[in-house]
Amino acid sequence: MSTATTILIVLCLGLVGYLAGRFRSVKLSSGTPQSLHSRPGYYGWFVAICATMPALLLLTAWVSISPAIIDNRVFDTLPDAVQTLPDSDHALQMSKVNAVAQGLSRLTAEQRQSFESGSEDLRELMAQTGVAVAGDIESYMPAAATLLLEQRAASANYRTLLVLVLAVAGFCYAWIQVGPQMRARNRVEAVVLGMLIIASSIAILTTVGIVLSMISETWRFFSSVPPMEFFFGTVWDPRFAAAGDTDSVGQFGLVPLLAGTLYIALVAMVVAVPIGLYAAIFMSEYASPRLRSVAKPLLEVLAGIPTIVYGFFALVTVGPFLRDISAQINGLVLGEVSSFIQAQSVLTAGVVMGIMLIPFVSSLSDDIITAVPRSLRDGSLGLGATQSETVRRVIIPAALPGIVGALLLTGSRAIGETMIVVLAAGVAARLSINPFEPMTTVTVKIVNQLTGDLEFTSPQTLVAFALGLTLFFITLGLNVYALYIVRKYREEYE
Amino acid sequence: MSDVTTTPGLVSGTTQPKRDIGIKKRYAAERRFKLYGLLAISIGILFLLLLMWSVISKGYTAFQQTAINLPITFSEDIIDPKKERATNPQVLMMANYPRLARDGLLAELGIDPTDKKNRKLVRAAGKMVSAGSRVQLRELVVADPSLIGKTIPVWVLASGDVDSAFKGQVDLSVEEKRRKISDQQVAWMNQLAEDGTLVKRFNTGLFTFGASSRPETAGVGVAIIGSLYMMLIVLVLALPIGVAASIYLEEFAPKNRWTDMIEVNINNLAAVPSIVFGLLGLAVFINFAGLPRSASLVGGLVLTLMTLPTIIIATRAALKAVPPSIRAAALGVGASRTQMVFHHVLPLAAPGILTGTIIGLAQALGETAPLLLIGMVAFVVGYPSSPMDPATALPVQIFMWANEAERGFVERTSGAIIILLGFLAVMNITAILLRRRFERRW
Repeated sequence: MSTATTILIVLCLGLVGYLAGRFRSVKLSSGTPQSLHSRPGYYGWFVAICATMPALLLLTAWVSISPAIIDNRVFDTLPDAVQTLPDSDHALQMSKVNAVAQGLSRLTAEQRQSFESGSEDLRELMAQTGVAVAGDIESYMPAAATLLLEQRAASANYRTLLVLVLAVAGFCYAWIQVGPQMRARNRVEAVVLGMLIIASSIAILTTVGIVLSMISETWRFFSSVPPMEFFFGTVWDPRFAAAGDTDSVGQFGLVPLLAGTLYIALVAMVVAVPIGLYAAIFMSEYASPRLRSVAKPLLEVLAGIPTIVYGFFALVTVGPFLRDISAQINGLVLGEVSSFIQAQSVLTAGVVMGIMLIPFVSSLSDDIITAVPRSLRDGSLGLGATQSETVRRVIIPAALPGIVGALLLTGSRAIGETMIVVLAAGVAARLSINPFEPMTTVTVKIVNQLTGDLEFTSPQTLVAFALGLTLFFITLGLNVYALYIVRKYREEYE
Repeated sequence: MSDVTTTPGLVSGTTQPKRDIGIKKRYAAERRFKLYGLLAISIGILFLLLLMWSVISKGYTAFQQTAINLPITFSEDIIDPKKERATNPQVLMMANYPRLARDGLLAELGIDPTDKKNRKLVRAAGKMVSAGSRVQLRELVVADPSLIGKTIPVWVLASGDVDSAFKGQVDLSVEEKRRKISDQQVAWMNQLAEDGTLVKRFNTGLFTFGASSRPETAGVGVAIIGSLYMMLIVLVLALPIGVAASIYLEEFAPKNRWTDMIEVNINNLAAVPSIVFGLLGLAVFINFAGLPRSASLVGGLVLTLMTLPTIIIATRAALKAVPPSIRAAALGVGASRTQMVFHHVLPLAAPGILTGTIIGLAQALGETAPLLLIGMVAFVVGYPSSPMDPATALPVQIFMWANEAERGFVERTSGAIIILLGFLAVMNITAILLRRRFERRW
């Protein structure tokens, strides 16, 4: 029986359990519902939970663990010549066996017969079923594949049986338990609370998953490239990862990527910070409610536009515009028309990223500026300061820690931004201080190294995880510090 | 303000109080400051308009497609010269359908394809019809084999170059050799347009086609289905988990180290670069759990993890906004804490939760970077029938088209962006309307 059918049966049993539990509790209360500890529905839920939850947990565990066990067993039966192969080949052999098994399971009775009598070539037979097996089919593979199929069938049978037995057992246990004295509500609520706790720890699990998965892959990367070369190398030249060839180790210097990332982020901040800050100040101190109600949502639309759209904007509009205008300027000044800004450049990516960041700066600082207590403002105005003097000499200093926090958050966003730089910053990894030339960033290289044909053993792909980990820790540091500042500042005025 | 005394014009006045002297300067500074603010906002809005104008002016033409109404003769000599279609169905699949379209066009133009002298013209005419006509005509014939031998009018797509030229996007003043469409083809195009056989029609293909290397047969159909699967997965997973997590944190959690850690964690996850989630998905869901690459299931899971913090933060704000008196009243009449939350607090917070969820979904819909890493950059022609099949997503499709050089793809990219922004606008406006309609202030 397939997993889906099993789940369906268990769920049906749960539904029956709900109705049965409800009915039984009402019946046992013999006409006086007040005598029940909990309301009838809770008894129903209790039976339903007992019937479904252990069964479904078992099913999940079985489905996630059994394939590994079966694969191991089948692998043990393979000839010694295969067993002594290096680890990376084990997976390849097993995937072939898997493919053969998949093909065998699709054969019709007629085809099967011709296979067993050995009259037809297995490979051709496989092709007929639509399964392509990479490489040669070794002589031991059909036997292993048959064993695999047998084991799988047996596992599925045991699984269905055990799961259903567990479901029925849970049902019966709960059915017996139901009675006026039983505290059904407390038990159901305990389960609900448990589920809430599990849901809330998924956030932690995600972080742990990010860190663990990246550390393990980074570890593998550092086994072929020394960390010193990665962190302090000034040349990025990973070469191509030829399939099966892990000898060609290029140079993986982080420095040019990090320089490009920080440079572009800096340009973006130079664009975004003044515009965003002034917009926030105007919005909170000067704008009439009507202007505010129009301008604020309009600016926030900028934050809702996907970054790929900004990337395209940079690629087809801003980049060519900057290139052409630089050619015009050159023509006016030097008399020869040639552009000194390239279409893909630090400037293009930085400016467009800056536009994207304007609403972040403005809405974050707007919140912080409005949080400055009224009394400070009134005090300053009362002493005869103009509004702008109040803003510059009282409000901004009072809000400074919060604004710095907001800027740090914005900076971490600029560093982690991907699509704009992928399309607008270029792919050439080099160290340069000329903002009119292309540079590349950490995120661009992560995308470059991981799109296309992959083999997860070469340093060329594993380096992406090292880059990702670096990026994660940089932004994590910025975020934690910024949140700390913002929080501390907020508490001061509350 | 030491410079006050040196200001000319006021020195002569003896009774004037000195402190008023700098007021002009200060007011000028005030006006300047206000102007900077206004300027900043206008620059922001200007950028927004520029962005929109850039996308729309390049993209609106993508919603129209040039098509030619040709009398197609389904000649048996071309489709099935050996007359074996009754025994071998492969014949109908392999036939030379583009030739049918080409001959139809030649007939319309009055050129004899059998004449050897016309060979160049024949080839030029053949390039005016999209290669997508192969699939279109094949489907017609396979669906109704009795068409063979008949002549019926069929709307055939014009090729990408003719399409661009007809929309006026090709600079015809350029030397003939340096553009992709010849003077002869332009002349034919104008002739057909005058006859009314070549017209611009609404481009349904943009919404239905899958990936293609030719602009005229490329569409976002597969991408929309893929994005839809992912949004469903995000909704089904992120909404319950997010709401459950925020209920626990807001209503039940004791204030201790563990809950503090969860809080900090959620705030951090909201600010982690999206590409890191892509790496997580690659390492955990594909390498470790063995799920297929390019599947919308993996994309959905990754986007779920990304959207969770947004939903949790919005839900917690909505729960916080429910006044404590409601909780006290529920507890006072004997409800348990769970009953209080699920019967009273949660329904009152539902509009806020819904708004937050829609905004989270809109973010997830526009996300590209993590999907690139889990292999959604796939050339998928056929519709995915389940979330386990290879698919692509709307923003990823935009990314792939943005890298294509042909003129027709720039137009398509902008068209796809308009579609994406349309979806986002609908979602966000729904969220705003919901908030306006159901928002309650206590």
